[in-house]
Amino acid sequence: MANRTVIPFGPQHPVLPEPIHLDLVIEDEHVVEAIPSFGFIHRGLEKLVEKKDFTEFTFIAERICGICSYIHGMGYCQAVETVMGLEIPERAKWLRTMWSELSRIHSHMMWLGLLADAFGFENLFMACWRLREGILDVIEETSGGRVIFGAAKVGGCRRDVPDDLLARIPAQLNAVEDELRAITNVFRDDFSVRQRLCGVGLLSRNDAYDLGAVGPMLRASGVAQDSRLDGYAAYDKIAVEPIVEESGDCWGRTMVRIREIYQSFDILRHVLPNVPPGPVDMKITGAPKGEFFARLEQPRGEVIYYVKGNGTKFLDRFRVRTPTFANIPPLLKMLQGCQLADVPVIVLTIDPCISCAER
Amino acid sequence: MKQKPLTMTRVALGSLLRKPATVPYPAARKPVYLATRGHIAIEEDKCNLCLICDRRCPTGAIAVDRTGKTWAIDRLRCIQCNHCVDVCPRKCLAMENDYTTPMQMKRSDVVPVPFTPPQPKPKPAAAPAPTSDSPLQAKEERPGERNHEPPDQSSAD
Repeated sequence: MANRTVIPFGPQHPVLPEPIHLDLVIEDEHVVEAIPSFGFIHRGLEKLVEKKDFTEFTFIAERICGICSYIHGMGYCQAVETVMGLEIPERAKWLRTMWSELSRIHSHMMWLGLLADAFGFENLFMACWRLREGILDVIEETSGGRVIFGAAKVGGCRRDVPDDLLARIPAQLNAVEDELRAITNVFRDDFSVRQRLCGVGLLSRNDAYDLGAVGPMLRASGVAQDSRLDGYAAYDKIAVEPIVEESGDCWGRTMVRIREIYQSFDILRHVLPNVPPGPVDMKITGAPKGEFFARLEQPRGEVIYYVKGNGTKFLDRFRVRTPTFANIPPLLKMLQGCQLADVPVIVLTIDPCISCAER
Repeated sequence: MKQKPLTMTRVALGSLLRKPATVPYPAARKPVYLATRGHIAIEEDKCNLCLICDRRCPTGAIAVDRTGKTWAIDRLRCIQCNHCVDVCPRKCLAMENDYTTPMQMKRSDVVPVPFTPPQPKPKPAAAPAPTSDSPLQAKEERPGERNHEPPDQSSAD
């Protein structure tokens, strides 16, 4: 038996956008086992719900993560609205759907850039992030913020989007999509990219299901699961087909995310002309009493919000189960037996968002 | 799937021939959008020092001093959430589209407010009716401010 060595990976590592620590047990350049450590950026956001008014807690929920911020705020609001038995206006539902999909596109494009950076393709990284600016411009023009939208509110949306602006957005999206084709062709066809991704970090369909993988991780292993099918916001009026790949490797996960970007463009082209007229928010009276689990599809996978109210304006309990947290056990499984040089790419393909996972 | 050669070379050559994607700041600036949340501004003439923005600010960035008649904001703590603008009863706060300017030292922007808060009437027997626009103004005062009130002559007699 060869000597075993333990190599620390992270929390500060060039490939990691956020701190997670893995102790990699190495045997002849192969990883035998990976032991994770957490807790570097825990902020105690869930506890704050006891000290903040339930309407003002939306600002904190939005700041759980800097990338999928809108869906965090929206998920919290959706859970509170269900507890209070509120039916928000139709226009607010469609605007929420629009912002969710914009958020998904910008998150996936950012991830593509980070992946290119992880396997040392600096030029591709820059190209992805340049295109992402086009989406951020749309987000800023509609919501007022670049990554923290600040548009979610218990009872609807905090701001309306004028109809002429909604009519202008598809042209902007088409321009970004046209340029994106050339970039995604590189991920799909380039020899070096495929050498780094194909067959690396295999996760079988059974393992993905048993270990509780969510989102693109699960769908890249052949399981068609997407929380948007539950029909929250306006998704009950939109046909969403889960994007599934069968390969279960890093390349499959990349392809799932790339195809999801184009699917989001299609959804937006359907949503934008169909946003109904009307108010975007409603008056809130009373305080939430009861409990509810809200399930939403974030760019990284299924996220669950638990809210428990006691009839006062301060909630009893708020809990988030983030997709990154659910994807850690499959990550540890994928790392077993891989090459040491492939560890950064495999870690990145779960799209780790540690600030979400630790809150 | 068949691998194609030179996919990235085409992208790189395209970038080489294109104009720079960045803006040569400060010679040129990116246009701001009407919706952009840049920084908070106040029309001090309309402010009545009602303290609502101070109380509702999620990060405690706004400090209103009724005694010193000032409205102050710590730009580094402000998260541009627009909540103070939403709750201001006099609509004297506004979200400007320009981002906050960089600062060299940590300090608050202090704005003097010309409004003079009405003094409570010196009649302890009957509760004074709130005279200002805000109901918070008459009943919610900080403990420190009480030292500056005129002494109650009627009770001294």
